[in-house]
Parts: sequence; structure tokens; C-alpha cells
Amino acid sequence: MVDSLRGSAAVVGVGLTEFGRLPDRTHMEIMADAISKAIADAGINKNEIDGIFSANFVEMLTPLTVAEYLGINPTYMDGTNTGGSVFVNSMQSAAAALSLGLCNVALICYGSNSATGPFTHPPAMHTVEDVYRPRNPISPYALAAKRHMHEFGTTKEQLAEVAVSARAWAQLNPAATMRDPLTIEDVVNARMIVDPLGLLDCCLVSDGGAAMIMVRKDRAKDFPKQPVYMLGVGSRTDHNLISCMPDLTTTAAKESAAAAFAMAGVTPKDIDVVELYDAFTINTILFLEDMGFCEKGEGGSFVSNGNIAPGGSLPVNTNGGGLSCVHPGMYGMFLMIEAVQQLRAECGDRQIKGAKLAACNGNGGFLASQVTAVFGTEETL
Amino acid sequence: MLKSFACHQSPEVKEAVLDNNKNNTASAVPGPLHIYEENLAKGEFKIQQCKDCGQHVFYPRYLCHHCGSTDLKWVAVSGRGSVYSTSVVRQRPEKGGDYNLSLIDLEEGPRMLSRVIDVAPDEVTIGMEVSAHVGMINDLPAVVFYNKEQGNKEW
Ligand SMILES: [Zn+2]
Repeated sequence: MVDSLRGSAAVVGVGLTEFGRLPDRTHMEIMADAISKAIADAGINKNEIDGIFSANFVEMLTPLTVAEYLGINPTYMDGTNTGGSVFVNSMQSAAAALSLGLCNVALICYGSNSATGPFTHPPAMHTVEDVYRPRNPISPYALAAKRHMHEFGTTKEQLAEVAVSARAWAQLNPAATMRDPLTIEDVVNARMIVDPLGLLDCCLVSDGGAAMIMVRKDRAKDFPKQPVYMLGVGSRTDHNLISCMPDLTTTAAKESAAAAFAMAGVTPKDIDVVELYDAFTINTILFLEDMGFCEKGEGGSFVSNGNIAPGGSLPVNTNGGGLSCVHPGMYGMFLMIEAVQQLRAECGDRQIKGAKLAACNGNGGFLASQVTAVFGTEETL
Repeated sequence: MLKSFACHQSPEVKEAVLDNNKNNTASAVPGPLHIYEENLAKGEFKIQQCKDCGQHVFYPRYLCHHCGSTDLKWVAVSGRGSVYSTSVVRQRPEKGGDYNLSLIDLEEGPRMLSRVIDVAPDEVTIGMEVSAHVGMINDLPAVVFYNKEQGNKEW
């Protein structure tokens, strides 16, 4: 048994592209834009990168493409794909690889032209299910939302509160795609897509890229920006097909968050800012419950009355989330970068004053892969 | 069946390589999904049951996901079940209109994705008692469910 990964690695560079429509660029070109910005943010030369962690929906062998594109010869590569959670999962792998000396400068990166690029149908999931034509990925989340409503009395209005709160944060973020005012009525009355989820319960479809550079703790202070440390991480999955999910109202985030908080030595009440993968409005409610920010079944009332919006008791999805900021197919990178920028106090109007601890929860597949991370500033080590 | 991915070989190269290896054929026993589909094509809805732990297994697998045993048998099911969750996929009438999508808990234990087809898509409710029958969706045999209350199918 090795020592805990708590505090073993730090984020020293992040990069984000513009969001929305970035026409006439490949996913790799968008990714390279983000990588260039992360390299500049970390103040390193690209040749210092010797670990690559990258996955997407449109190509196999992504780490090889990234290495070739950058003209580097990495010593460690990870192309695991757990869906949109994968980058938080990669962060766990990167911390482990750094800790073991398998690499010294880890790059985690993603880029997508899912808004303006050619539409690619996702591969078929399963012969037993495809015949029923589930509208993936929305249908599984709709089934979870319906079950949550049935068991706990969660309402369409409470789901809408999640979208309205995300929009309120987006209005404070100049980089966010959707910044027009949004009301509960707008969300509730939007065109139904898969009952009970309407159009405004669903995340955006964006072009965009994000990249992050991590190093071991011993080198964390050798870079221009204030390092942000990984304090805890946990990864779990309990199904792939929604029919195999044991309980549609409790995700594996219950276990991944417990593991991450245990490693970090903190509890949900210590957390200053929370970034959750809000592919659909039900996600935010499920993850707040499963991570322990409120009791199971109370997520609907917890998110009501602006409690997770600016000025509420718990800042959640402070960039505007996948619902209003950006959602380029796989969103997990953007959770961590918003957390890092909050802990560096770089967030302008949406900055959570004095934020020292941030929690992220990445979601992959149909509520299937859950990866929770806790990040902290130097003083939380 | 899911489409297989034949690496980067052209069909011609794949055929030549396979032809060259034709004496290497391993056992020709079909996989459990193939057997499931063959049963459906005959109008039979069968699932697997583990001979070691007694639990039922669905979707069809090589091993029991409860205990790990590879000793599975095919059994007929009662067909009785209840709706665990339900949704309506909204679709323009010219494309076929709205349809139901539900998760059904079978009496034997497994949960499956399917449709309840004899009530309006948005009138399917959680807890509704349903029974399984082999029908057709888009010209493919599929297990679909009927609401007990409607009395359209034997229970
Ligand atoms: Zn068994």
C-alpha cells in the first residue's frame, strides 16, 4: 500500500478556448488552442510535457494524436474513456503516475467541435435495448428524473430551479454562452423532449476545448501561478445501461464522493464551491444528495429559492455549468478548471470570496461513471 | 448484434486472411445474445437463470453477474412485471409520433428497458402492473408490455 495521494500533485496550468460556435476547426485544433493556453499559463515549454491523458468520442488513439501534434515523446499515456467524467478520472491517474515517477509533467486535455462539426451518431449501445429506440443520452436521465419525482415528490419547478441558478451564474461569467435572463416558467414551459425533461432541462451543445497541467507537489511552487492541490479523489461505476443501474435515485457518486472526502479529510460542510456535471437538471439534484450536501430526496427543496445561485448558501456550477456556460460533448474538464480558477481567485464577478476548498463531480455515460475530486489551496494541505 | 470493428483491414484483406486461416475455426457455439434473439424470433421470451445461486440473469451473459458462475440455463419467465420508471419520447407525428419508454421490473428480478404499448405513452405510471409478450418494433422481434388493466393480453 502506497501513501495517500492527498496533496501529492497540483494543477499549475489551465487553458480554455472560447465557447459556442468555433466553425471550420477540427477537434484537435480546438484542443491545441486550449493546450497552448495551458502551457502559457504554466510557463513551461511543450517539450516538458511527458504524460498525456486524453479521450473523446470521435477518434481512437487520442493520446497518440496529441503527442504527434505537439511533437513530443511522452513516457506515459492514458486514453481511458469513461464518458464525460473521464477527465476527473484522468486527474486521479495523473496524480498516481506523477507520484510513481512515471511522468513529471502531466497534460489532461479535450477539444470538441460538436456544435459546428459533422454530426456523428453515437455507436449502438446494446442489441437488447436499441430496438426500443431510447433517445440517448436524454432518455436514461428522464427515467431517473421521473423516478426521483415519484419517490420524493420532486417537481418540474424544482428541476427548473437548477437551470435558472446555472443561468444566474452564467450572467456573471463573460465567457458563458447563454447569458439572457431565464425564469422558472421558461424552463417548465419549454418544449418537452423526453418527459419529464424539456429543452431547457438539457445541456448546451458547444464547440470548446480545455487543458490542464499537473506536476508533483515538490515542484508545485516552481510555476508562475498559485498551485491548486488535489486533496482527494474517488472513482466508481455501477452500470453502463440504465436498466442495469441498481437504483435510479442514487448514483455511484455516493461512494466516489465518500472516498474523495475521506482522502481529503474534509466533509461537505467544509467545501466553499461545488462544480457538478449538469448534463441535465436532475444531475445537480442527484449529485448534491449523493455527495452529502443534503439528504437523499431533499435535493429538490435544497436547490429551490436560489439556494445554489449567486447569493445562496452553496455556490454550485459557478461558471454557468453545462446548462448555460459550455457543453462540448464531454464536460468533465470544465468542472476542474472552474474549481482551479475559483481557488486562484481569478473569477471576477462570480468569484467566491476566500474560497479554499472546491469539490467537483464528473459524470460519465448514463449516470454510470462518477468521479469526485476535492481541490484545495496551499493552506489546506 | 452490435457491429464488429474489423481494425483497418479492407474487406478483401480480411477475407484473404480468414481464408488463409480457415482450418483454425474454434467451436461454433453461439453466444447468449444470439440465443436470446433466436428465441425472440420464435416468439419466445426466455432469460437465463444461474444453476449455482438460483438468481436470474438479464441481459444474456456468459457468466452470472451475481455470483460469477458460468453454469446458466435458459428458462421461460412468467411475463409479469411492474413499471419501475417511465418516460415519453416526443417525436413529430410524421416521424411516427410519441412513444413510451419504460423500465420494467420482471417478477423474476431483472429490470429491462422496453415499452408499454396498449395505453397512451404519457398514461403509463410507475407501479403499473404489466405483462410481457413478444411483438414487433420496426420489423424486429422485441419484448413489449401490456397493461394488466386493459385486459388486452393474457395475464
Ligand atoms: Zn449465480
